[in-house]
Amino acid sequence: MERSMHLTVNGKQTTLITDPSRSLLDVLREELHLTGTKYGCGKSECGACTVMIGDEAVRSCYEDVGDVKDRAITTIEGLSSGETLHAVQEAFLAEGALQCGYCTPGMIMRTVGLLTVDPRPSDEKIISWMNPNICRCGAYPKIMNAIRRASRLMSEVTSK
Amino acid sequence: MAKNAWPSADRRKNIGARVSRLDGPVKVTGVAKYAYDVKRENMLYAKILQSSIAVGTLTEVDTSAAEKMPGVVAIIVQKDGQGNLPKISYAGDMVATVAAETEEIAMEALKRIKVSYEAGVPQMDDKDPSKASGRDQKKDQGLDDDNLSADEKLKQVFAAADTVSEGYYGLPIITHCSLEPHGQVTEFREGELYVWPSTQNVSGYANGLTRSTGLSADQIHVDCQYMGGGFGSKFSTDKWGEVGAQLSKQTGRPVKLMLERDQELTTAGHRPSAFANVKVGVKADGAITAMEVHAWGSGGQRRFRIPPTPYVFTKIPHYRTLGQSILTNRGLTRAWRGPNHPQAALITMSALADAAAALGMDELAFFKKNVGLTDRAEVYAEEMDVAAKLIGYREKAHLRGDKTPGPIKRGLGMSIHTWGGKGHNSTCAVTINPDGSAVGRMGTQDLGTGTRTVIAIVLADTLGLNVDEVRVEMGSNALPTSRASGGSSTVGGVSTSMRDASTNALNTLLDKVAPELGVPAEKLEAWGGRIQEVGKPSNSLAWKDACGLLGAMAITEQGANPTSDGTNLTTGGVGGCNIADVSVDIETGIVTMNEYVSVQDVGLVMDEKTAESQLYGGAIMGITYALFEEGIYDPTTGAMLNKDMEFYRLAGMGDIGTIKVHLMRGPKYEDRGVVGIGEPAVLSQGAAISNAVANAIGVRVPELPLTPDRVLDALSKGGVA
Repeated sequence: MERSMHLTVNGKQTTLITDPSRSLLDVLREELHLTGTKYGCGKSECGACTVMIGDEAVRSCYEDVGDVKDRAITTIEGLSSGETLHAVQEAFLAEGALQCGYCTPGMIMRTVGLLTVDPRPSDEKIISWMNPNICRCGAYPKIMNAIRRASRLMSEVTSK
Repeated sequence: MAKNAWPSADRRKNIGARVSRLDGPVKVTGVAKYAYDVKRENMLYAKILQSSIAVGTLTEVDTSAAEKMPGVVAIIVQKDGQGNLPKISYAGDMVATVAAETEEIAMEALKRIKVSYEAGVPQMDDKDPSKASGRDQKKDQGLDDDNLSADEKLKQVFAAADTVSEGYYGLPIITHCSLEPHGQVTEFREGELYVWPSTQNVSGYANGLTRSTGLSADQIHVDCQYMGGGFGSKFSTDKWGEVGAQLSKQTGRPVKLMLERDQELTTAGHRPSAFANVKVGVKADGAITAMEVHAWGSGGQRRFRIPPTPYVFTKIPHYRTLGQSILTNRGLTRAWRGPNHPQAALITMSALADAAAALGMDELAFFKKNVGLTDRAEVYAEEMDVAAKLIGYREKAHLRGDKTPGPIKRGLGMSIHTWGGKGHNSTCAVTINPDGSAVGRMGTQDLGTGTRTVIAIVLADTLGLNVDEVRVEMGSNALPTSRASGGSSTVGGVSTSMRDASTNALNTLLDKVAPELGVPAEKLEAWGGRIQEVGKPSNSLAWKDACGLLGAMAITEQGANPTSDGTNLTTGGVGGCNIADVSVDIETGIVTMNEYVSVQDVGLVMDEKTAESQLYGGAIMGITYALFEEGIYDPTTGAMLNKDMEFYRLAGMGDIGTIKVHLMRGPKYEDRGVVGIGEPAVLSQGAAISNAVANAIGVRVPELPLTPDRVLDALSKGGVA
């Protein structure tokens, strides 16, 4: 049953008429044309579709759009401000923490979620937090380095 | 005059340096468009109905109820070459495809298609060699004898060995599971077809669509800038490519047809299984004298080809290799990164490690003792030393069976491997414009391996520019033809053709510049953003000023691999050594990776950063097939049971331990020219990790993946428990 709803994505409010049981991933990609968030499995098993809802990293393929209509949603496209990349994006670039890049938006958003709750995570914390996000190309060692680097970059910024 | 050769080490500015990948910025911002992301105006969404039976015939496909659904625009039912309903050979084979206004409608319509089958009984058993069909594949070495038959000779050489070790080893069918599923968007415009596929084969893709569309290949326009992994599974146009194009033609609308994850796992690519009984004969000092391999396995409905055993140790004086193929009703086999080499490595290196254990000899000492039986003894010996040092072999190694108390047993295991990786055929063009801009154009693809970056590195170094001062156009079949990316052949092919073309373009420019600088073109070079007299920056022109001499006419020159002057810039044949360090909990059977070392020779390294990424990635993909991956099929129905990413498990960050990679550098390795790295990175892990587990627990776990049940089963038959 279609309904009219407001969504706040990357700071912009939009109104759309859709079925509230559609997945957030589907709405982001098909209605809002934000294709940076990827479909990998559709069953919350790979993490390619990870976005931020409020301060939380969430798998958008398993989230009904009707349940998140009043929350602030951030996708990979909303992470940088203008030409300036987010520290996590900078760190992934500097370390070369990707190959095919299909899992990368999800990896970056999950890292943002981690550093939001724990700005200086231990290696053990990074590993257990990131473990559910799958990279078939196997960029994990460099993703690990990127997360350490992002954590340093962000703490330098906040301590200034 | 620039020479069509790789520059000497002191003249490499970007080649071999740590260059950041050019596709990085668009990938970390979500801007990169994959096939899955392409959206065209008025686009339809197509979804595939798969066969629920594994073998038999379709007797009726009734689409009438689906056709009546609002929003359904077209339905295509699969037909064979004679126009009949097709025979089914595995569960998941394509039956019909619906194109609809939305994905949801297409999915719903699939449920309303009524399919009648005459189902047969699937053959799913690939472990029983008595089910083999077709002729035997056989290879003998050193069994010629004037007085004895080959069989008698084989008996004789084993009888002469001091120790004979026997074992059974195997690995199941696994899938590719690229994170971006297969598929494409197709669109007809003014009688021509535009396709955005996820492909490893940009230049060759259109050929697969000419028959079904009635178009000539030059009327089919292919564009693939970024793709989400292929690993050997994305060379062909595939049935879904043909059907997508037909639906576009039929409806006059763009059609998006991408596989769902379960379809990706059941239908879009399998690696053949392999199982083997192996006998190894050794002398008391560790010298291998004889080997006998009886291997079998299944490539689904395609013939299983025997893995190349004895692997790497091809100079074992006497051996026999026998192989048999078993046909099973599983999804189609496709090339899986390093076809047949992971299988050959497991079969050979496990059997050799077991022979060393039977002798009571250290595994590394045994491999080194026999390194003369390989084609590149010096390289392997050197790599073994590097790997041993990196993992701390001397401090950690023990003979088979960790005798320390407690349930956690630790062990080391090793393997060596080989691959070709010589550059494939490739053509390209380089344009130097009067304003100083330079662009390289090539119909190749970047699978995420760093191809785009390597092309830019070669172009920049040849023209004496920085990487960000040149541009690369690729991913389109309108560009000069380059071959599919497979078998680690891309880097050698594209770097050679780009070096050739950019050298040709530079030499044309030098001819123009020579009168201005008052020296013949032979005495000019491009270096540091200038065209200068060789070694004399005082007599030079800035790059842009030099290009300004072109007037209105840009330079465009071609290049190719093989090069027109016969210069060879790429070679094949590399070796690598891997060592694994694992812990095994003998109470739970769980294997934990502590450390993994991958040492690899890859000829001339083009980009250290992306080359390293390939080694890391290969190690992790290998850890994944060693520990987790297995297609599980219902023996009665033939249905794949673990067709999702929960039960077809891939390694996460917590599963891999610490990984150390090492590229063999220096003139001895790099003067050979460019060699690919994608395949060699992923060949030894099954063998090395299986050997490490055996070293830890004192008994061989015969089959991969090394799951807890298999480990406990092996322990119940012996070992340290």
